[in-house]
Amino acid sequence: MTAEIVRTGAELELAARVIELVREVAGPAAEAEVTVRHDAEALTRFANSAIHQNVAEATTTIRLRLHLDGRSASSSTTVVEPAGLRGLVERTVTAARLSPPDTTWPGLTRPAPLHGSAGHHGSGPRSGLDFGFDEATARATPAERAERVRDFVRAADGLETAGYCRTTYTSAAFANSAGQAVEGRTAEAAMDGIARLNGDDGVARLAGGRLAGLDGAALGARAAAKARAAQGPIELPPGRYEVVLEPEAVADLLDNFAVFGFNGKAFAQKQSFAELEAEQFDPAVTIVDEPLGSRSEPAAGLPFDVEGTPRESLVLVRDGVTKAVAHDRASAADAGTASTGHASPTSRSWGPMATHMRLEAAPAATEPEVPPAGPDSPIAESARPLVSRMERGLLITDFWYTRVLDQKALIITGLTRNGVWLIENGQLVAPVSNMRFTQSYPQALAPGAIRGIGSESILLPDRWSGTRYAAPALHLASWNLTGNASG
Amino acid sequence: MSHFDEASAAVQAALDAGARYADCRVMLRRTESMTARDGDVEELGTGESAGLGVRALVGSSWGFYAVPDLSESAARAAGRRAAQIATASATVPGPPVDLVPGDAVEASWASSCEVDPLEVGLSTKGDLLVSATAAAKQAGADLAEGIYQIWDTRKWFVSSEGHRIDQHIRECGAGVTASAYGDGEIQRRSWPSHRGQYGTSGWELVDGLDLVGNAPRMADEARALLTAPLCPPGETTLVLGGEQLALQIHESVGHAIELDRILGWEAAFAGTSWLDLKQLGSLRYGSELMNITIDPGIPGALGSFGFDDEGTPATKRDAVRDGIWVGVLAGRDSAAVAGLDYAGSVRSDGWSRLPMVRMTNVGLEPGPHTLDEIIASTDDGVFMDINRSWSIDDRRLNFQFGCEIGYEIKNGKLGRMLRNPTYTGIGPKFWQSMDMLSSETIAWGTPNCGKGQPGQVGHTGHPAAPARFTNVRVGVRG
Repeated sequence: MTAEIVRTGAELELAARVIELVREVAGPAAEAEVTVRHDAEALTRFANSAIHQNVAEATTTIRLRLHLDGRSASSSTTVVEPAGLRGLVERTVTAARLSPPDTTWPGLTRPAPLHGSAGHHGSGPRSGLDFGFDEATARATPAERAERVRDFVRAADGLETAGYCRTTYTSAAFANSAGQAVEGRTAEAAMDGIARLNGDDGVARLAGGRLAGLDGAALGARAAAKARAAQGPIELPPGRYEVVLEPEAVADLLDNFAVFGFNGKAFAQKQSFAELEAEQFDPAVTIVDEPLGSRSEPAAGLPFDVEGTPRESLVLVRDGVTKAVAHDRASAADAGTASTGHASPTSRSWGPMATHMRLEAAPAATEPEVPPAGPDSPIAESARPLVSRMERGLLITDFWYTRVLDQKALIITGLTRNGVWLIENGQLVAPVSNMRFTQSYPQALAPGAIRGIGSESILLPDRWSGTRYAAPALHLASWNLTGNASG
Repeated sequence: MSHFDEASAAVQAALDAGARYADCRVMLRRTESMTARDGDVEELGTGESAGLGVRALVGSSWGFYAVPDLSESAARAAGRRAAQIATASATVPGPPVDLVPGDAVEASWASSCEVDPLEVGLSTKGDLLVSATAAAKQAGADLAEGIYQIWDTRKWFVSSEGHRIDQHIRECGAGVTASAYGDGEIQRRSWPSHRGQYGTSGWELVDGLDLVGNAPRMADEARALLTAPLCPPGETTLVLGGEQLALQIHESVGHAIELDRILGWEAAFAGTSWLDLKQLGSLRYGSELMNITIDPGIPGALGSFGFDDEGTPATKRDAVRDGIWVGVLAGRDSAAVAGLDYAGSVRSDGWSRLPMVRMTNVGLEPGPHTLDEIIASTDDGVFMDINRSWSIDDRRLNFQFGCEIGYEIKNGKLGRMLRNPTYTGIGPKFWQSMDMLSSETIAWGTPNCGKGQPGQVGHTGHPAAPARFTNVRVGVRG
């Protein structure tokens, strides 16, 4: 039993049919854009070392946005039969005619070819079909996911385990009444699990474009090593600590930068810390949004957004200088610039966000050589050189439940999770119980605040959405821990 | 219109494929939302979603499959597929799965609704948001935003035990927010809540909010907050408004009493709970003023329904009585594992998602005081209200919450306005310090409760009134 692969061109035909219906119902003056998206998601979830939830779904959603006589509306449907399509169009036309005037309509995307993914051949001007799509991942079976869960559980060697193995497949097309017509598809696999001993957890998490790249046993062993090394945690007093953040924790920084910092709407409304061309970060920081993948890694996202704007790599920060924020057509119009291809169904309300951010790793040559770690080491490989030169500080695996206290300064409160250790003279001294922090994220990465960046970026799935991040470990001069287990 | 036949076909197909239990939910949902900014409509969206989700139990393993196709052939295929997925689950098997007994109910239920929100004219609804945001803008807001959301859900549930239940649930709500920009910071005030007020109600709920009348005050207060003193750090007496207390209940009680968390089923993501089933019936959760109920039958509250998504009728239960923990939110399988004899709190956020343990209406019963009496009897403290940020650990113990606005309390009176008020604590210690509780209860709605993988957004209700807590750490800043 495998997921079904949608016939090439099927979604584009559906989108064209909706555009025709709009012309029929609303006349040739209506500006319309249509996204047809087929999503097949399957997730095998385990807890208490057994598969307890095992789900799959396959949904085609059609989204129509319409601008008619100065008024706008958007609608979506999962009903793709002719009556459903006509109902979608008639509902949207009625809504547009009845709604108040829209003075902020940004217009339609003009016809434009997709951007080629670096090193990939065969991409035609309108097709992203060869952007590294891995069909085996799209067709993954429940048995293949269950095998990886079994390997994770076995590798934890008796520790309690929990987590998931997931595969997703998306095939989509966009068409508008201005003549833009593009299509693309992508697949993703991810695994995220904990091992638990006496209530102390260790975690291992990995995303990628190929299910074949996920090794359940390796991930299970890593999570178990962390859980075993977390036994008997000590409690430390709140205060400012030097820290090494492992990639899982760094991904949380990228997530909050994407949602609140490099968000074009927040930027246009002066709610973001971002200032273009300002030296806001340490010179070691370069952050790029990379939706198209690379020769070694299949495409993470679709090659166009829901406004039909072709996506490409976007440098947000280069050598510590903020260079760009993510825009859809509306926020770009507000800011007097062009869309960067970050429109989503909710971006007009919540703002456009980068969803495939990479914090560039340091060149390997800049890291000190450290002896190989044993299988019981709880320290992520990419964090080991950074830990080795920390005089006194904390190694933090992961963050949890981070929320904004002050959006402009991006002051965040949250907690550590899945393993914290006290480090002295480059050596792991003791596990530490989880602590609360209250910290400005941009300030933590400000000029002079970074003592080192790991030499390998790890691909990590977001725990809630389909977003994914590439993050190395980070060595920071200071992190403001404001509470411990006692409060 | 009925979809019992399709649901029955899916269930029968799952049984034919080897399931020993199966159920199916057919759901049709229409949605509508609008946002406005500074006196203009920003976005109007409508949605229509239709599909069915089948749950199959093969041996002791579950499988779930969902499709957006309501034909009987698609329903049968989905039933077979759910059973096949359950079979694959047996690769990593768990302990035997049982279901606590449930009556095979055949019933129909609809939420109360005076004014169908989807029948109210779009121009009327748009004018409301335009007027409210324009009023806030004219009163000095640098940014004024308004939102309304409507959900109209019909569902048909069939189980292999004989359930046949259809429900029609209409939900809506709205709110307005004014922001003022200062030197490097933004202050925000929201009415009536930080994301609006929501309920299983008709448009009469929104009509009763008076968004336009309250918007100018929100702008005034946001502007005033820019120059107000910071909430001073320290330990003090804290009085919380009802909206913030609703959030406190949601995060530090509602999630903590979810049985799937207690059993470790959410350990890798949402987390576990500090509660241990061995202490059910004896653990002191809070002071004697603390009486928390689970009640999906409250008319108009956002977490209300006739039957949960396993077909269990809405039933009121105690979660905390006189400060003692006595009940949980449970499903039929989790209750069987825990040795309990009740379920009733399993919900899914749509046809494509697996039903799971969720809050319904989890609220605090009214106390004997009023807010005025609480303030008048406080010599020195801080009043905070309207949630701005929320963070709590994965065991639901260590929390830190921020509010939009605070006031000093000196000698029984509200004093200076305070900006960026925050408070932090450990759940049971905090609840045990509650020494005064108002009777002025409102069932606040939370339309954005996230849980599960793939993620599900739940709609929950939280009756709450202002209350007082002692020796609370406030004013935590970066």
